[in-house]
Amino acid sequence: MRGILSLAYKLLVNDKAKFTALLVGITFAVFLMVAMTSLFAGVLNRASATVINLGANVWIMDPAVQTVANTIGMPDYVLDAARSMDGVEYAVPVYSGGALVKLADGTYQSVTVVGLDDTSLFGRPQLIQGKIEDIYGENAFIVVKDTEFRKMGNPRIGTEFELNDHRGVIVGIATVASSGLFGVPTLYTTYERALQYIPNPRFTISYVLVKRRSPADITRIKRQVQALGYLALTKDEFMDKISAFYMFQTGLGMNLLIMTVMSFIVGLSISGQTFYTFVLENLEKFGALKAIGAKSRELILMILFQASFTAFTGYGLGVGLCALVIWLAKLRLPDYAAMITWWNLGLALVMVIIIAAVSSYVGVRKVLRVEPFDIFRG
Amino acid sequence: MTVTAEAINASSIEAPATRTTAIKATGVMKWFGAGEAKTTAVNNVNLETWFGEMVYIVGPSGSGKTTLLSVISGILKPDAGTVTVEGTDIWNLSNDKLADFRLNKIGFVFQDYHLFPRLTTAENVAIPLILRRKSWHDALIEAKKYLEIVGLASRADLPPVKLSGGEQQRVAIARAIAGQPDILILDEPTASLDGDTGHAIVSFVKKNILNDKRCILIVTHDSRIEELATRILKMEDGRLTGWEKGADQ
Repeated sequence: MRGILSLAYKLLVNDKAKFTALLVGITFAVFLMVAMTSLFAGVLNRASATVINLGANVWIMDPAVQTVANTIGMPDYVLDAARSMDGVEYAVPVYSGGALVKLADGTYQSVTVVGLDDTSLFGRPQLIQGKIEDIYGENAFIVVKDTEFRKMGNPRIGTEFELNDHRGVIVGIATVASSGLFGVPTLYTTYERALQYIPNPRFTISYVLVKRRSPADITRIKRQVQALGYLALTKDEFMDKISAFYMFQTGLGMNLLIMTVMSFIVGLSISGQTFYTFVLENLEKFGALKAIGAKSRELILMILFQASFTAFTGYGLGVGLCALVIWLAKLRLPDYAAMITWWNLGLALVMVIIIAAVSSYVGVRKVLRVEPFDIFRG
Repeated sequence: MTVTAEAINASSIEAPATRTTAIKATGVMKWFGAGEAKTTAVNNVNLETWFGEMVYIVGPSGSGKTTLLSVISGILKPDAGTVTVEGTDIWNLSNDKLADFRLNKIGFVFQDYHLFPRLTTAENVAIPLILRRKSWHDALIEAKKYLEIVGLASRADLPPVKLSGGEQQRVAIARAIAGQPDILILDEPTASLDGDTGHAIVSFVKKNILNDKRCILIVTHDSRIEELATRILKMEDGRLTGWEKGADQ
């Protein structure tokens, strides 16, 4: 059997022009599919940046919240009620909102301000400079060193700015798992200071972050929160909700889906057509093999191997090319959101398998129909 | 010399007791098309060949030579009649068994050679061996032995397109004899060659490939090589109409 596969391999790769055309077609298709879906994955990941970075098990919010950035304030009793619920180990408030800061050079810059619970500092970022306890100092803020950091004028510890006529001072520089979607720097401070510096409506708690006692408690917590008229979601559920919003209510998902489908069609057309031509040009040879004594299943095996080999080689090249392009793009454009995930790779793999299957099907049909007698007739 | 079809059929079926029958075709018929377009390509042909023979089937284009060759080599199913090869009724075999029969018993040399241009000469010759489940490596080693037989050992690593027409024909012969088939079928082996080369090729086949345990059938209308045949059967309008040589055999 290995001999037959070796024969199929030689017939394929020795036809350098066709093999190259096949590879280019599939590589290009995979590149486009992975590029599109990875961009989407990157956008969704950034849209959920606050959820990822704060890392709470359970989030309590107003049911009308659609993304983590569009907060709807909740009254304090929600926090009190959450703290007394069965299955809750502890619950803390968090503030998340936008603001405008005036930098030392007089320019203004939009920022996201995250106010952490004063007592526990639950959800605090990992500091790379400074000490976390300095956040309790006068006018203290911690700035996140992400792709937006330079927009704050590359601040250092001690750098001052103004926020709604209040003095602010950088006391720490932190790193987080994910940068935000909206291209603005992130400042961390205490919950009370955030409320003090930023004008707010009557209800001020953006989210209540809950640490549940055990995974089994989640259902119970959800039921109790629902009884209050609010919504409790696990971290993953909240990220799914945010993804669903961007996918189905902004047009972003549909546009990227269309691009992905187009990439698939382009790949299928190029590789299907080229593979069909390859089989067509070798049809007489397949007929000769049949006449010599090759069985139909052996010819099918040869074609399946050729299609699969091309597809998977093209897949590897396409993924590699996409990773390279994303890496190069991020060198020049730090805000570039693309992110290759297992989901992207899986989707592209499924599509490549479909391309290989369709190409093989077309080739196999043709080869099974060729009559060795036609080879004799010339 | 002219004889009736019945005479030649009767004559060819009666084998001398000392010879072993290689192929026996009885009442073989093959039609193409249907209705008014129906054409009888092979019409009630009876034929027997023996090991040690090099039989030519000659006749004008469209006389049914190639169709008959295809029927007796297990490639084209007849509409009537039987074909037995070494005592096996080949058209009663399943598709897989028939493929195995072709692989193990028959060696083909096609008119246009049908060599794979992207493979080397040795790899082309190795194909029947690979189909017989030999490893790639072993098949290549064995293929080189067959190339040696046809005098092309030094060309083993070249692609067929780098060879002359005569050399390509010899590669096709090497591929056909790879695995030692009992029956060798050559379809118009001299059609693409000049007279001298064609004669040299068929002479070579007769001298080096034909033996007591092998039967060679050649379809040709090249009169320049007729002297090399042990028997020549004439075909016209789908029927064997006589012989030009070897009637006494």
